Amino acid sequence: MVGKTLIRIEGVTKRFGQFTAVDDVNLEIEEGEFFALLGPSGCGKTTLLRMLAGLEVPSDGRILIDGEDMAGVPPNKRPVNMVFQSYAVFPHMSVADNVAYGLRMDGVAKAERAERVADALALVKLDGMEDRKPDQLSGGQRQRVALARALVKRPRVLLLDEPLSALDAKLREAMRSELAQIQDKVGVTFVMVTHDQDEALAMATRCAVMNRGLLQQVASPTDLYEYPANRFVADFIGSVNMFEGRLTVDEPDRAVITSSALPVPIYVDHGVTGATGTAVWAAIRPEKIEMLHRPDGGLPPRVAGVPEGHNVVPGRICHIAYLGSETVYDVQVDSGARIKVLRSNVARYEERGFDWEQPVWLAWHPRSPAVLLS
Amino acid sequence: MSREAIGPLDYLRRWPLRLWIALVAIFLYAPLITLMAFSFNESKRNIIWTGFTFDWYFKAFRNAGLLEAFTNSLTIAALSTAISVVLGALVAVACWRFRFPFKAGFEGTLALPIVVPEICMGVAMLVFFSRVMPWPAGLPWPLNLGAIIIAHVSFCFPFVAVIVRARLASFNRELEEAAKDLGASEWRSFMDVLVPHMRPALVAGALLAFTLSLDDFVITFFTAGPDTVTFPVKVYSMVRFSVTPEVNAASTVLIVLTVLLTAIGLKLQGREVAKSGGA
Repeated sequence: MVGKTLIRIEGVTKRFGQFTAVDDVNLEIEEGEFFALLGPSGCGKTTLLRMLAGLEVPSDGRILIDGEDMAGVPPNKRPVNMVFQSYAVFPHMSVADNVAYGLRMDGVAKAERAERVADALALVKLDGMEDRKPDQLSGGQRQRVALARALVKRPRVLLLDEPLSALDAKLREAMRSELAQIQDKVGVTFVMVTHDQDEALAMATRCAVMNRGLLQQVASPTDLYEYPANRFVADFIGSVNMFEGRLTVDEPDRAVITSSALPVPIYVDHGVTGATGTAVWAAIRPEKIEMLHRPDGGLPPRVAGVPEGHNVVPGRICHIAYLGSETVYDVQVDSGARIKVLRSNVARYEERGFDWEQPVWLAWHPRSPAVLLS
Repeated sequence: MSREAIGPLDYLRRWPLRLWIALVAIFLYAPLITLMAFSFNESKRNIIWTGFTFDWYFKAFRNAGLLEAFTNSLTIAALSTAISVVLGALVAVACWRFRFPFKAGFEGTLALPIVVPEICMGVAMLVFFSRVMPWPAGLPWPLNLGAIIIAHVSFCFPFVAVIVRARLASFNRELEEAAKDLGASEWRSFMDVLVPHMRPALVAGALLAFTLSLDDFVITFFTAGPDTVTFPVKVYSMVRFSVTPEVNAASTVLIVLTVLLTAIGLKLQGREVAKSGGA
């Protein structure tokens, strides 16, 4: 997967009047990647994508595709094609005419055009639908037309603007893996914009998280989830329990964070390289917290590799959300914090399950918390 | 078998609405039907029915003055429609796409010909063409109609612009971006994407412009010269002497023509809308 840099975004800024939509973004996208631009709505991800397509012009900075500066190059002359959020399938043209449109604009000969259109339609499994009009297609099929229409031009980069947002849940899931398969098959670099973190994690090889025009982190899905760069990323990707506190111990092999929200300090088995006393945040994912029954008068359980009096807190279950494959428990800690715990429902029936109002111990491994400095 | 009870929304089955509909139908259509019926009347007077005849139609077709006026009207309508549609569509696109200084003022001025009383427009045109920019007399047909055509375009194209502007509001700008993204130039994406979207509005606007132009009397009356008489003006001058069934016959032809054109236009438009998915 690791190839040469295909897209280089250098200090790109886009301002609309007073509003800065994209703020000094530096980014490199490699050839053959499935790259996702991820962020909440209004974070500038779509503007960035549109600048790649040439539909917006950067206020500052430059964009290079294949080493070529794209400044002044109009959208119809760029080696990129886009799948629009609304699909933008031409309503007055048949499926085949839609797909052939780009080739016609390029002056591709009729025979070759027909062949490439057929190939593209086969790729997206729309063969046999050539003569249909867009209003005779479902939303998913329209999207396939948009996809075929863009891919048939064999672009260097395919841009996808929220490709799955208009589909219903089941179709969305199916389309996820299919998009990834298509990308595998054609080998084109995909750059996708999405606000849906599941989508980005499931499909992309690398993601860039943006917020308020600023790039927050660029990493693989795993790193994004397990090693978030800051509170925004930790919170935006997945759900998280965030504890604000201060570093009280910071050695090369261990660190301790004291938080007023928890009755015991948080112990981690690595150094943080901050001065003691620095404000930090410990982010612990709900599935990385273990929940144990707490009989009256019972002693707190010990967590391996953690000194006594760390990483174990008593609490009471105050809410249960059963989601089928897993259950989310809200546990109220006496010190005031409310902690989310996620358990997979591996068995159909649990002898000693958890119920509302039950007293429990929460414990976590010294490697579970991600310590964030900002 | 008992009749089904009248539902709360079954207004059509209650007498007040039926009476209303009857009144509307009488006052809208009875005059037209009378006009048409008496075009087949044998008597020279439009009062008593004496017998059926096609004579008045033959007479009307042999009336050189009437025929010339009729041709003039159709020519003026066709030309001013063509110009109005292009001009109106371009104005609509400009207002829809661009921001420019005094845009609100521009759009307001645009609607002026719609709201200004026709008589004022007529007098204004008269003054303009007699004092400011006299239209050269004695030009060969159809150039001699130039002044009337310009006058007609000036009050027809705003209607086209308004209709097209409304249609453009439903245009998905991503369609145009998609066309460009796929390699289309500005012009190609305009022709391939925007124009097809506007087509129903263009048809509707053309229809409106055509009928407006065809039956305009007031403005035409003030701009027409002795050698550029249009059908409505001609009918008016004929009626001043007496209403002969000849006028009825000519009017009937005109009515049938407009109804036919409208029907065709509506049918075309309906098909377009259905094709574009009503969007």
